[in-house]
Amino acid sequence: MRRADILRFSRDAALGAPLRSALSVLAMAIGVAAVVVLTALGDGARRYVVSQFTALGSNLVIVLPGRSATGGFNPANVITTTPRDLTVDDAAALLAAPAVRRLAPLAVGTSEISFGGRLREVVVAGSTASLKDVRKYQLEPGSHFLPDDDAQRAAPVAVVGAKIRDEVFGTQPAIGQLIRLGDRRLRVIGILKASGQGMGMNTDELVVVPVALAQSLFNSNTLFRIMVEARSRDQIEAAKAQALEILKARHGGEEDVTVITQDAVLATFDKLLGALTAAVAGIAAISLLVAGILVMNVMLVAVSQRTAEIGLLKALGARGGSIRLAFLSEAAMISLAGAMAGYLLGQAGAFTLRALFPVFPAYPPGWAVAAALLTALATGLLFGLLPARRAAGLDPVQALMRH
Amino acid sequence: MALIELVGIERVFHLGDSVVRALDGIHLSIAAGEYVSIVGQSGSGKSTLLNMLGLLDRPDAGTYHLEGRDVTTLSPDEQAAVRSRRIGFVFQSFHLVPRLTAAENIALPLMLAGALPDERDARVQRALREFGLENRARHRPDELSGGQRQRVAIARATIMQPALLLADEPTGNLDRATGEEVIRLLEALNAGGVTLLLVTHDAALAGHARRQLVMEDGRLRHDSAAGGLQHESGGGSPAAPVSGGV
Repeated sequence: MRRADILRFSRDAALGAPLRSALSVLAMAIGVAAVVVLTALGDGARRYVVSQFTALGSNLVIVLPGRSATGGFNPANVITTTPRDLTVDDAAALLAAPAVRRLAPLAVGTSEISFGGRLREVVVAGSTASLKDVRKYQLEPGSHFLPDDDAQRAAPVAVVGAKIRDEVFGTQPAIGQLIRLGDRRLRVIGILKASGQGMGMNTDELVVVPVALAQSLFNSNTLFRIMVEARSRDQIEAAKAQALEILKARHGGEEDVTVITQDAVLATFDKLLGALTAAVAGIAAISLLVAGILVMNVMLVAVSQRTAEIGLLKALGARGGSIRLAFLSEAAMISLAGAMAGYLLGQAGAFTLRALFPVFPAYPPGWAVAAALLTALATGLLFGLLPARRAAGLDPVQALMRH
Repeated sequence: MALIELVGIERVFHLGDSVVRALDGIHLSIAAGEYVSIVGQSGSGKSTLLNMLGLLDRPDAGTYHLEGRDVTTLSPDEQAAVRSRRIGFVFQSFHLVPRLTAAENIALPLMLAGALPDERDARVQRALREFGLENRARHRPDELSGGQRQRVAIARATIMQPALLLADEPTGNLDRATGEEVIRLLEALNAGGVTLLLVTHDAALAGHARRQLVMEDGRLRHDSAAGGLQHESGGGSPAAPVSGGV
């Protein structure tokens, strides 16, 4: 029997029992669609978290004052217990590290902002012009960020978050206005675009001022953080080591700072959510298995309903192999049609999710789609095998009597 | 050389505790081109004999030579090949595939044998013409009359130009007039050289055949060619059969 004839014969046979075939196709489609939609959800969550992290700035290395790692008993700990301050000069020194592209010192405190009789407690961040690039801040039109000059100069300017703008200035234009921050009078030169994100620091409620101004405002010399951006992803570890080395040298050989990489945190989340996606895909794959069993059931019914036909084919000289192949390809066709329909259904579902929640990137990962399609086809064939063998093994005399 | 040579064919069925000897020491020789009818009561073994001759069933003992070749020892696939090329079946209930058109039903054996579509179409067209089914080619079995269905079945059975045509009660589901028309068709094919074996319980119909076999309890009770009881004669030397269809 020619291959094209087997395919045509199987197709006609599948179409000959439309309801039965359609139900199997539906079951298979639901299974594949479940895998596609659920992995789109899982992978969407992973992408969402990753994008939140990258919104903080990419290739970030963060320097904190003090040691957070717990060591064993160390004589050095007995002699010096208080860590040295992390200063603006420390930050400037880190620029010498070859793996560092740019950095921004960060001094953080709270203060009161007042304008036109309104008063509000705010978080004040003192930094330099580089902070905008390091943290990937977006500004509203007509805005300026901190002037790009010496970190030691305390220019009397401020950049405010969108929520501060709304609450303090209301409908008035904020740029150019003079505000009072603590005991200083500052001019508002820019507004941070509303983002509502930022992992721990809400930029909508932030006031950014030059670092020297912030330090004198809080009467403190120390920095809260130094945000360091490495030249590339590969350079992150180098930047971390170099920063540690430079600061150790500046602090009298003592390692009294902690350097963490955003990458390490990100990688953990990435792994965690990747595992979650795989688990969800596995659960969805169970429905594919169920669909496979349904295909088997449907094919067994087909064999028993078409027993007389199988007997006839044998009488007409069909080999057992041809009959087996015909039933197998019928199962494969049903599975394939189901897989295709499920793929389209799943993509439509993911599209709907993305349309409903635009911030959530619910795209099914390629591996999950490929795995779903292959599993559908494989289970269809696997579960088609038994009915096909049964058909091929029928006794022609018995089969012909079943009319 | 005989087309069919059966020697000591036995076929036993076990139904629960009881043993049914469906074929009990059958010796039979049929020459090419003969027209043979097999009559007998239901359960006499005539259908089992026909299935045996059509290679749908295997004997428990004995040998079957078809065209001089021992076909009892062939593998299932080899037997399928013999069925495909040398044997045509006509059934009482027609056994047409309901979802296929008349033309597609006739083309089935060609398709199973792997014939090319062009050759297939040509032969099916010729068969449709010969059997007067040209304007029924695209009809499905449920749109055909009983006589037309059986003509489609006969066209299908002969499309591979077999040497042997096995008809199991071909008129059983037809009215008298249509039945006679089908018998005339089969006899015309026999006249064209095909060996025709007709199983029936209709004595009048059996009378058409030049050689009549009567079966009873799995044995050949009567062979008109031998002129008497058959089961004593050796399979290799039956009386000379009447030459048919020449």
